[in-house]
Amino acid sequence: MSSAVRAARSRDLGELVSPPRRSSGPTPRRRLQPPPFLRGPWLLLTPALAVIAVITGWPLAQLIVMSFQKYGRAQIFGAPPEFVGFDNYVEVLTDTEFWQVLGRSLLLCTACVVATMGLGIAVAVLMTRLGSGLRLLVSIGLLLAWSMPALTATTIWGWLFDTRRGLVNYLITEFTPADFTGHSWLNNWVSFYFVATVIITWQSVPFVAFTAYAALTQVPREVLEAASLDGASSWQRFRRVVVPHIRAVLVVLLVLQIIWDMRVFTQIYTLQTIGGIAEQTNTIGVYIYVTSVAGGDMGAGGAIAVLLVLIMLAMSGYYIRSVLREEGI
Amino acid sequence: MSTQAPPRPGRLGGSPRRVRPGGPARRRSQRRVTIGGTIRTICALVVFLASIFPVYWMVNSSLLPGAAVRSSTPHLWPDEFTLDNYVTVLTPGNRSIDFLPALRISVIVTLSTVVFALLFAFLAALALSRFRFRGRRMLIVGVLMIQMIPAEAMMISTFRVLDGWNLVNTTIGLTLVYVATVLPFTIWTLRGFVNGVPAELEEAAMVDGCSRMGAFWRVTFPLLAPGLAATGVFAFIQAWNEFTFALIIMNRADQRPLPVWLRAFVQATKETDWAVIMAGSTLVAIPVIIFFLIVQSRMTSGLVAGAVKG
Repeated sequence: MSSAVRAARSRDLGELVSPPRRSSGPTPRRRLQPPPFLRGPWLLLTPALAVIAVITGWPLAQLIVMSFQKYGRAQIFGAPPEFVGFDNYVEVLTDTEFWQVLGRSLLLCTACVVATMGLGIAVAVLMTRLGSGLRLLVSIGLLLAWSMPALTATTIWGWLFDTRRGLVNYLITEFTPADFTGHSWLNNWVSFYFVATVIITWQSVPFVAFTAYAALTQVPREVLEAASLDGASSWQRFRRVVVPHIRAVLVVLLVLQIIWDMRVFTQIYTLQTIGGIAEQTNTIGVYIYVTSVAGGDMGAGGAIAVLLVLIMLAMSGYYIRSVLREEGI
Repeated sequence: MSTQAPPRPGRLGGSPRRVRPGGPARRRSQRRVTIGGTIRTICALVVFLASIFPVYWMVNSSLLPGAAVRSSTPHLWPDEFTLDNYVTVLTPGNRSIDFLPALRISVIVTLSTVVFALLFAFLAALALSRFRFRGRRMLIVGVLMIQMIPAEAMMISTFRVLDGWNLVNTTIGLTLVYVATVLPFTIWTLRGFVNGVPAELEEAAMVDGCSRMGAFWRVTFPLLAPGLAATGVFAFIQAWNEFTFALIIMNRADQRPLPVWLRAFVQATKETDWAVIMAGSTLVAIPVIIFFLIVQSRMTSGLVAGAVKG
């Protein structure tokens, strides 16, 4: 998902961070409703709902139908598709390659999420301890990394890890005993995923850091001072006071990161363009594309896509519920 | 709670120690602060460098002649400054990887996406924020859930549907897809902004003699302008960066938007000319970086201001 959405989320989470402030004070939480100034809200909703229904809803319905059909090359060229029940799902779920792809996606997702959350929280804590000048410097750096389009970021890192003239190989060869001249990072799936993890983490840390930082600034100072007077060490204060205060934000961040890193497409697909063995490095998003377009089996591709949608919706349940709760809907 | 002192960023751990008066204890704590401070400064610099270095390296490589980029020792700054790579990217020559046609497509699609998404999202946000009606909660849940459907899962069936309407390889087709893609989150963001403008302001204007529509246009709409601007820039960034749908919907060489162009360009010049590729990447990234910094300063300042004022 693009950085813009992450930015928008940070606003949501910013609201999420501060419920005590909003619910306190004299103003009632729910304001008076003005009488309608147009005949009904549905009129206002029509254009948006129409576009979403036609461009998202209809293909989604088609996708579900397609996943129950035999839809191969013959059907693409006009043969009528026939319904085959759950055959596509059986075919996909009994295919070892699907499970390999799913396992690899989970592995990559885990690596990215752990690295992103760990570094993001560490940077957030660091930012609370910095003077304003250094904090601004760190913020500017994070913003720059955050703003890079995924495709551009992948291209840059592809150049840094380039086999022949990449800076990484040069630095390792120059400053360590190891000789990395002409080392290909993308030819082996483990180091391919290492590079992918670096790229994804580099782009995701800013969102986590800014959001966690916003949450950290909301931890009441009195409680920390009280804990400190009671003799709590700084680690104890962090573990027993700060973490419980920002737990809700951290969990939402974790869920969002898992969702975003599970479906990663652009970075993997582009890295495969730069180098690397595609069959060994497909993640689930790329696998859908490969099965449907290159393999020409849209039925099986559709089944995988439906499975991915279900996994995503199941995982986002917590996020949606917590947003609804915070918004008081 | 409302009388609580404002929590200040940056003073979580250090402050109690720093204000403690006294002799030896104070001196000891000061020394500890200095050592800790040095470590923190180093960490901050490491974070800063790790964040900006790849971006710096992109710009640096794009400003060096191809021979310098290919040489066995890397040039750490553009000591042989040249704009040749940008000239190469911008000069028309190879029809399948020309920059300017791709730029044209991207600009058209992005701007139309922003206009339509803002308009539709604004109306929908009004409905969701200013009205209580049957089905409202369901709609909000729907808006949140639709955002979670990955583009990767939808790309094939979206392609088929557009193909059926002869909209593949057209800017209209891609714009429609982008409007639908950004609508859920533009609606959600704008709803937040509309919620932030108290309906009482409108009512007050009406007491002073404004009509309902007049009150809305003269009072609420101007207050929403920053929100509309921020949301519009979000839509801009997303449409500009989007790759997955663009890859499958705009598959003809002369209909590529910039991200798809960049990928084709990397493929065509791979291993031969990283300097030119970095020039192309820089050109693709610059508009996004500029817009992102504009919105983000507003967003983070909003976050931080809210946090400081309590």
